[in-house]
Amino acid sequence: MQEIIKIFHFSIDRSFFGAYHNGCKKCIGKKVEKVMQPREGQVRIPSGCAISGMFSKEGKRMDGSSIIKSIATMHDRSNGLGGGFAGYGIYPEYKDYYAFHIFYDHKAAKLACEEFLEEHFDIINLSKIPTQKHPRITDEPLIWRYFVTPLHTKLKESQLDEKEFVVRSVIKVNTKIDGAYVFSSGKDMGVFKAVGYPEDVGEFYRLDEYSGYCWTAHGRYPTNTPGWWGGAHPFAMLDTSIVHNGEISSYDANRRYIEMFGYKCTLLTDTEVITYMIDYLGRRQGLSYEETANVIAAPFWSTIEGMPPEKGAKFTYLRNAFSSMLITGPFSILLGFEGGMMALNDRLKLRSMVVAEKGGMVYVASEECAVRTVCPEPDKIWAPRGGEPVIVTLNNRHGQNECSKESA
Amino acid sequence: MNINAAGMYFKELNEQIKASGKEVVIDHCMGQRYIGSGLAGKKIVINGTPGNALGAYLDGSIITVHGNAQDQAGDTMNDGTIYIAGSSGDATGYAMRGGKIFVNGDVGYRAGIHMKEYKEKSPVLVIGGSAGSFLGEYQAGGTIIVLGMGCKRPVGNFCGMGMHGGRIYLRCQTPPADLPRQIIVKKAEKQDMKAIEAYIKEFCRVFGHSEKAVADSDFYVLRPDSKNPYRQLYTQN
Repeated sequence: MQEIIKIFHFSIDRSFFGAYHNGCKKCIGKKVEKVMQPREGQVRIPSGCAISGMFSKEGKRMDGSSIIKSIATMHDRSNGLGGGFAGYGIYPEYKDYYAFHIFYDHKAAKLACEEFLEEHFDIINLSKIPTQKHPRITDEPLIWRYFVTPLHTKLKESQLDEKEFVVRSVIKVNTKIDGAYVFSSGKDMGVFKAVGYPEDVGEFYRLDEYSGYCWTAHGRYPTNTPGWWGGAHPFAMLDTSIVHNGEISSYDANRRYIEMFGYKCTLLTDTEVITYMIDYLGRRQGLSYEETANVIAAPFWSTIEGMPPEKGAKFTYLRNAFSSMLITGPFSILLGFEGGMMALNDRLKLRSMVVAEKGGMVYVASEECAVRTVCPEPDKIWAPRGGEPVIVTLNNRHGQNECSKESA
Repeated sequence: MNINAAGMYFKELNEQIKASGKEVVIDHCMGQRYIGSGLAGKKIVINGTPGNALGAYLDGSIITVHGNAQDQAGDTMNDGTIYIAGSSGDATGYAMRGGKIFVNGDVGYRAGIHMKEYKEKSPVLVIGGSAGSFLGEYQAGGTIIVLGMGCKRPVGNFCGMGMHGGRIYLRCQTPPADLPRQIIVKKAEKQDMKAIEAYIKEFCRVFGHSEKAVADSDFYVLRPDSKNPYRQLYTQN
């Protein structure tokens, strides 16, 4: 019997041949059957992912073509059900404004959301996000971008600081306005994501027309759930964005905890909760990125026991103070933030990840080939240990720790 | 025969390897998976970065990598030899049941996980640099040798976790402090060293190290303690 690949999707107007992935050997010679797309949480699909990132410590701006080339090398780690990118330093002309990227399922959602935005923000500029028709990217929602700043009066009335005001507004849109989803809300950065293979998603969003000092990318192979546009990575809140390869066993424990602080996990996708946890630990608790890594990928108690007393005391404090913020299960993540990037593996290192350096460039990827395809001869390349964060920041920012090789 | 693998999909590359003669050189290798999987009687030289599961189920071929290997090199290999001039990723020698793997540099986490042996089939994994945590996790047989050259410690944490067969040789002055209770660690004696002499010689010959430099340190041997097995770990019996 002929094997059937199910392509999940809403409409039935797509051409039959459009459903094949060109060049993808998984699809050749197989019949493609169209079915209505279930949302996250409705189906369990047992299944990996790919992540890649590049960062110029000198702040040199690179267009999106290299990151697409890098993630495309790991094509087989994804299955076409999600791809996405985050670019930092891409909106210098609007760098003082929050850039909201929003998916709308329908026009009514757009009207309702714009009404909300006008009421709470000064909208400096709005436009459709430029895309190009792509044979393998279909059923796109309406995709809009708004450069905004909170209305002075509304902000004052709320008695919140500006960032908290923006976060609450984003959560409000995502939970209260049916069919509207703010998937990017930082300054001078943006997330671009879709259902599809990442290289196709990059072309769809014309990423070669943007340039930034940092790019992260994700190719999705959904574990447990089917892919949909909102469920693609990266997940972002303000300037924090996450791409993730793995699966969080502690998702529900983490979710219940973080929702006590006003966050709402609306996507039923495990990675979403990491974004909120990192936003909470950094922005609200004031932890450094290294401390955040020590909380979410905390060492075993037996490892802490073997540490020098002062170091052990710090780790003990962090584990006790934020016990519900420990993430268990396999993960490799890339965290993008304003002026920096952090790579982190779970403490057991159940996912692959390599880091490379060449001059002022730092590369991180699930597989070495994804680095070498854009940087054939790095000065050094290594695999950080489980739970050992690698943090890079722009040279002109005071900072967090530089990445360093610790030999085992 | 030379194959230019630039831009080639893994399936086509593996078909070309199978179709070619006994000796194959792959140039511009870039992440293609399963190279040489299940193959017997070939000599494969790889220039570049082979993808995951290099030489999986290898059944007697010789693979030489001029570069680094990614994850799961030698997964479940049965016979043959893999030489890796650089480093190798996580789970190198995963469930090996025969043959030899020589890595000049480091290996990632879980190298030699679940290696096993049966009668004359006894796999060997030799690591020139250091190994990540969980080396020899659930090891059931075979020999793992870590030379730790140029490294402060030859292994990370949790070495030999769940080990119940085989042996791990560590070249170091003091053995790791966090070994599980079910493991016996002893300084290698003459007959222990005799048992691995040939592998060390082969390692030095292939990667150009001096045997004298390797011999310039103590070795410790880790073996499961058959008097202290994993009783009651799963069921009381």
